[in-house]
Amino acid sequence: MQHNRRRFLRSSGGLSLLPLMAAAGLLPAAATAEEWNRAAFASRNMDDFLKLMGGNAPQQSDQVTLNGPEIAENGAVVSLEISSNLPNTESIFILIEKNPDVLAGTFTIPSGTLPDIQTHVKMAQTCNVYALVKSKGMFYYSAKEIKVTVGGCGG
Amino acid sequence: MPNPIKVRTTLDGDVALIRILISHPMETGLRKDADGNLVPAHFIQLLTVTYGDRTVLSAQWGRAISRNPYLAFKFNGATRGGKLKITWTDNRGDTQTGEAII
Repeated sequence: MQHNRRRFLRSSGGLSLLPLMAAAGLLPAAATAEEWNRAAFASRNMDDFLKLMGGNAPQQSDQVTLNGPEIAENGAVVSLEISSNLPNTESIFILIEKNPDVLAGTFTIPSGTLPDIQTHVKMAQTCNVYALVKSKGMFYYSAKEIKVTVGGCGG
Repeated sequence: MPNPIKVRTTLDGDVALIRILISHPMETGLRKDADGNLVPAHFIQLLTVTYGDRTVLSAQWGRAISRNPYLAFKFNGATRGGKLKITWTDNRGDTQTGEAII
């Protein structure tokens, strides 16, 4: 029942309205240019995420650098810096092993932009953080365990 | 209107270091308010930074990016006086654009 209703909504009204709305200027420009990857952000663990991404099994690489604190006293604000020395680094993914959603963010690096980013993330508990990098269609990563004193998801 | 997007730029040769601070609650949907009710998820999903007509960074964010998101990155080919534009869109469809001059 639920299923049919969803399928009906999908095929009839919902999605087909989007291009019309975009044409009429009702949607923000960014939403038409790029779609948020709902499925990737719904990944509950590393395996799910990697299956979704396809490609090779990621290889650990010392060309990917992940800097962060050894101990994060406040899991709500954990400062990370990720950089890559791999040629043609196309994108950077931040994955937090034991968060409710394993994927925290993805960053697309066009040519001319350096594969070196800093941001702040929330961590629910002590676990491994993975900096995953896509270069020439292949995945490479660097991992670091960050200890969390007070988790930053539920609050 | 929320607070403007704060941008700091530093130019080293033709490499620009861009630091961005956005004012946004980034609610996960897991937090409870003082009355014990869940606060609905409210977070930035898409972010694009353009320099002139060139996209220098695009990002997709989940709920795990911290409140009042911070982002720093670098790109080549920047000159003093160049115009930077930062646009985000959140899960409610709200959007905001900020501009800065290098």
